[in-house]
Amino acid sequence: MLSVPARSPSPSTRHVSSSPSSLERSASEPLRRFLQVARGAGLRVSAAEGIDAARAVDVVGFADRAVLKDTLSLVLAKTPDEKHLFDECFELYFKRDEFASPDAVEPPLPEPMAAPDAMVSGDGVGGQGGSALGQMLLNDDRAALAAAMEQAARETGLENIRFFTQKNLYARRILDRMGLRAVEREIEALQSRGTEEAIVRAGRLEARLEMLRDALRDFVERHLVLFARGETEAFREELLKNARLSNLERRDFDRMRVLVRAMAKKLAARYAKTRRRRLRGQLDVRRTLRRNMGWGGVPFVTVWKQKRIEKPRVLVLCDVSGSVAPMAQFLLMFLYAVHEALSDIRSFAFAGSLIEVSDVLEKHDIEAAIDEIMRTIGYGSSNYGNSLADFEDGWGAFVTNKTTIIILGDARGNRTDPRTEIMARLSQRAKRIIWLNPEYRSAWGTGDSDMYRYAAYCNVVTVCSTLRHLERVVTDLLEQAA
Amino acid sequence: MNDATAAGPALALPSIEAVEQGLRSVGYIPSRQIATAVYLAHHLQKPMLVEGPAGVGKTELARSVAHWLRLPLIRMQCYEGLDEAKALYEWKYGKQLLYTQILKDKIGSVIGDTDGLGAALNKLHDFGDIFFSENFLEPRPLLRALQQPGGAVLLVDEVDKSDQEFEAFLLEILSDYQVTIPEIGTVAAVTPPIVLLTSNSTRDLGDALKRRCLHLHIGFPDEKLEAQIIDSRVPGIEARLLRQLVSFVQQLRGLDLKKVPSVSETIDWAKVLVLLHASVLEVDLVRDTLNVLLKFEADIEIAGKQLATLTHKAQGDLSRIVGEVEAR
Repeated sequence: MLSVPARSPSPSTRHVSSSPSSLERSASEPLRRFLQVARGAGLRVSAAEGIDAARAVDVVGFADRAVLKDTLSLVLAKTPDEKHLFDECFELYFKRDEFASPDAVEPPLPEPMAAPDAMVSGDGVGGQGGSALGQMLLNDDRAALAAAMEQAARETGLENIRFFTQKNLYARRILDRMGLRAVEREIEALQSRGTEEAIVRAGRLEARLEMLRDALRDFVERHLVLFARGETEAFREELLKNARLSNLERRDFDRMRVLVRAMAKKLAARYAKTRRRRLRGQLDVRRTLRRNMGWGGVPFVTVWKQKRIEKPRVLVLCDVSGSVAPMAQFLLMFLYAVHEALSDIRSFAFAGSLIEVSDVLEKHDIEAAIDEIMRTIGYGSSNYGNSLADFEDGWGAFVTNKTTIIILGDARGNRTDPRTEIMARLSQRAKRIIWLNPEYRSAWGTGDSDMYRYAAYCNVVTVCSTLRHLERVVTDLLEQAA
Repeated sequence: MNDATAAGPALALPSIEAVEQGLRSVGYIPSRQIATAVYLAHHLQKPMLVEGPAGVGKTELARSVAHWLRLPLIRMQCYEGLDEAKALYEWKYGKQLLYTQILKDKIGSVIGDTDGLGAALNKLHDFGDIFFSENFLEPRPLLRALQQPGGAVLLVDEVDKSDQEFEAFLLEILSDYQVTIPEIGTVAAVTPPIVLLTSNSTRDLGDALKRRCLHLHIGFPDEKLEAQIIDSRVPGIEARLLRQLVSFVQQLRGLDLKKVPSVSETIDWAKVLVLLHASVLEVDLVRDTLNVLLKFEADIEIAGKQLATLTHKAQGDLSRIVGEVEAR
């Protein structure tokens, strides 16, 4: 139930009263259900927005469908995506034409549910030998049928539907609730009576019952789409974010890409530019005096301390050899998104040797880029020493004291020479070296893993096997001040 | 203040149609969604966040609302690093220092007859916060908007260029329409202003701010609306030319350009064509004036290749819009 908003009325005149009774009476039920539907469809509607929606509808009223749609769109949908979702949702929900006859005149409006007298519930057996539902079917009373369906749906709790396997179950329940038993008995009774007129009547009842069943299935399906879609999407996204990248398959590619791109965009928005964080409250005395020399040192203009947070300069080395092959594709996808997001980043891929892939990632679209990289250098046999040597020879000069180097790999070199002295040199010149290892910690150092040899020269070494890990690492990376 | 607004602007906003008519009367042609948004923003007292591409009339909306309701328009342009001092209020440090210097003698004489440092300090304390009174307060846009006796229209332009700290601060003010100045006290709005925030969507705004506001998206108008807008802004333009140029621009928006021409560019182009005494659209004329519409060389090249086809299509597009524009 919606409650009166807690804010006190403002001084200016308002020509609409917001008394509790008027709110509850006029706007509550259909609006509340619509909000539930909207949430189910994926719109994030907070409690405050729900209250705002109620107040807004109170101001404009339910009369004009277009105005109602605009109003709710203003209050509930706050991004372009949400606006689309809202439009779909509104159209789906406020459609009442499952029984639409060609000459239907009224626009589809939500009937205020405060008129239950026209509806029949349960298995009422009224009238002369006919059931109430049977009467409605025979008279083709569409409005009453629609209303009865709504009521039955509410009573059986259709809003709890979550999976498509429940469709038939709910359809059956609603039909029962509407009075199926009584109609079936009536049909039997008519057929057993045997007269011409009775048989015709029975036939017509059966036909209409079939139509009702079809309409009901559609109705339930629409509700499934409205109520369940949002939640299942959110659930799937959570799964993907926390899944081990090596376990994912090609078909999750597209969805991952959307997630990765969203993440990269978020990071870019925060960290793309040099930020200057002003520390108000701390007077920079030296600068203040300097600035005010013209007035003889009297501090007319104050200068406050500020911290400059510079854009990070990043070099990423990504292992694409056979041992990390399942994961390599997703790592490259992540790299692609980060390239889109950050401007000052260069990427390299290596297995037995090392090549720069920044151009490929920037020029081609993601599928083509990943294919090309994997074709050129992927699935090879790892040789970390050789790759590091290639890197130092070709791009060692780009490593300055502002650079951060990130290495994504499992440090398994197939017992080749690890060339740790190169790492030593790089760590002296670079600001930081971060190593992200997709294996569990317990596997480090076993077999041909040189992890602990390299770890000595790295600032940060962590496990990184899911999208969440990646996100956390990148966020931490970007948080650091220059 | 005008008697029409003496009782507050509530009287001028009785319905959504009234809002539409009112805005039209000052030369701004709103879509129904825009009129609904303004109506709700006033009656629910919520700020309005207006998003959309550059040049579709976001700032113009604020100006028109202020013009129509005869309220002062207070404009605050946001930029990175904008903080409380520039946005809310600042002390006039210079004035304070100057006055202390000038009044040094007076202060000396007042304290003169006290003995001991403690007594002198107490005497000074008694003066209260003289140098922190309203005389020395420099109100910046946000505070000025709150101080207007008859209400105002507050336009916070390009809120996406500011940073997150500023957003949090703005949120605080927009919740209660009051602000606390430590030395002076709480300043509450006599009449809460109508607040419009604009954003070019260069970055995602914080959730809290978005949830607080009504969210209006102004996109590019359709042919009918655009024709009405141009007719309103460029008086004296011929119906046929109007039709053709609107049709041309609508087609141009369908191309894959770096920066699609928006309404302000269309209006400028219409003015240029009227200045050149053009009565119909010709290929050469269009080619010469294309740089009014398109601001990037690459775009001009792309459009240039298809110029002939686009122009001919625009010329042939006769009867559709004429009915609506002339029937107005």
